[in-house]
Amino acid sequence: MKLEGQVRIPSGCAISAVISREGNKMSGEMITNAMKPMHDRSNGLGGGFAGYGIYPEYRDFYAFHIFFDKRETRKSCEQFLKEHFEIVQSEIIPTRKIAAITNEPIIWRYFVTPLKSVLASLQLDEKEFVARTVTKINTEMNGAYVFSCGKNMGAFKAVGYPEDVGVFYKLDEYEGYSWTAHGRYPTNTPGWWGGAHPFTLLDYSIVHNGEISSYDANRRFIEMFGYKCTLQTDTEVITYIMDYLLRVQGLTLEEAASVIAAPFWSTISHKDGAEREKLTYLRTVFSNLLITGPFSIVFGFNGGLMALNDRLKLRSMVIGEKDDKVYIASEEAAIRVMEPNAENIYAPAGGEAVIIRAKEGSF
Amino acid sequence: MIIDAKELDYKQLNEALRSTDADCTITNCLGQRFIASGMSDKKITISGVPGNALGAYLNGAEIEVAENAQDAVGDTMNDGTITIYGNVGDAVGYAMRGGKILIKGNAGYRAGIHMKAYKEKHPTMIIGGRCGSFLGEYQAGGTILVLGIGIGDKRIVGNYPSTGMHGGKVYIRSDCKGIRFPKQVTARPAEGDEIEEIRTLTEEYCTVFGYNAEELLESPFTVVVPDSKNPYKQMYVAN
Repeated sequence: MKLEGQVRIPSGCAISAVISREGNKMSGEMITNAMKPMHDRSNGLGGGFAGYGIYPEYRDFYAFHIFFDKRETRKSCEQFLKEHFEIVQSEIIPTRKIAAITNEPIIWRYFVTPLKSVLASLQLDEKEFVARTVTKINTEMNGAYVFSCGKNMGAFKAVGYPEDVGVFYKLDEYEGYSWTAHGRYPTNTPGWWGGAHPFTLLDYSIVHNGEISSYDANRRFIEMFGYKCTLQTDTEVITYIMDYLLRVQGLTLEEAASVIAAPFWSTISHKDGAEREKLTYLRTVFSNLLITGPFSIVFGFNGGLMALNDRLKLRSMVIGEKDDKVYIASEEAAIRVMEPNAENIYAPAGGEAVIIRAKEGSF
Repeated sequence: MIIDAKELDYKQLNEALRSTDADCTITNCLGQRFIASGMSDKKITISGVPGNALGAYLNGAEIEVAENAQDAVGDTMNDGTITIYGNVGDAVGYAMRGGKILIKGNAGYRAGIHMKAYKEKHPTMIIGGRCGSFLGEYQAGGTILVLGIGIGDKRIVGNYPSTGMHGGKVYIRSDCKGIRFPKQVTARPAEGDEIEEIRTLTEEYCTVFGYNAEELLESPFTVVVPDSKNPYKQMYVAN
């Protein structure tokens, strides 16, 4: 069987997300159920979730979620981790045996912090070190795949329908202030656990519905900065682009959105002075990071979510609100599952970034 | 007949609709796709949110939705009426070739994309609120009316309306100042027969949704039509 990275995968997909502006906790059950009415947008070859605020007791440690193909791989990966990190906790990620999810790899999580001595000798900041180490494991350690590595957040993904994946990972037992979800419809490969969404790096996560036609141009550019697109799925490159623009380049979320979903030149030419100058600058400097083709994404980060459509809006996405919560989904039906009385249902325009933040100090 | 859609997937729901000749009311609808696709008889009333492609290939049936509908309402519909008391998602009336779609509220992107008309077939779509970008993209026939009721300071249509238009008509209740149309179409104040058609359609909308037609008709209306029979002649090949 060819795995991802050997065969390219276009995908259809469903996404949904919820966040509490007050930082109130919600179990993962609601977001799991939200995927049910969108069942037919997936084909059972990938489902996944990201939860934020789920590990408060280990909030200062990077939570590594790792797939292993066999025990020996785990042992050697743990040895590698021990040489670079202090591991304060390591455990099997609890799962339920259900008929709908089969052939699971070995799934562990580690709460770690980089060894000070290692950081000092490499002269790297912590996040850069973690990002590089994860890239190293994922590209060089056969059979091991880190699918989540942020603080106080975690991704959970599998081959299966998303509503089953949520049950499999016992998401009803986690409490987070923000959740994202994805149901996948790959058409060209058998599907692999690592290839399911969300794709994450540090606390950034992406769930994506669409098909990026600029993938190779984006990949060639981003790989110049140390990222490795190992899976050849378009979503992976979006995660790295966001990390590069936000963490490395220090752009704001709004600016990053104007890079990846840049307005047309004709639209820019009709903007006012300062705005026009800024958009022109971003489109010129980061022209290789313009993402073309249809996409709707939800980008998760510690403290918030950003929803964004491609500038032509070739994929659907609706947003609704109720009290402290904001709901995002490919279909209104999914929002109505989470909150039957959701208000202000609207569809953001193409390229219009919708950014929702949890109250400072609440997460 | 009342059909509780709560535990039904789209296939079971459509089978239930087809199992009777009576008019149907669907309750607790939540995202089931393809509802009433291809149906030509009966009236179907829906509460809840119907899924994508509601009334696809509709062939004469009448559908009424009490709340919002999702994407691709009336995809390729041939005949019949779809009435939505809320908003609709993207690509409403996609490749529609007959019948009517009445939307009380707003429409998403690409409303009426590739609508067409042929002989006695003449599709009509009325949008009460505003609509997203690419209204009437590649429109080849039929009539679209956008009323812009209660939109405040928001734009009545998004960017790039009537891109690729080569037939049919779009009426917009606005002088359309500040809206940029492609150079292959003409946008001008409505006149003569056009005013009459606008009146008929507006009155129909107001009768269904309970607005005052006279008030709406006091505003200026713009009509958008393609420049010639083959406005894209020079864009591709000279034939």
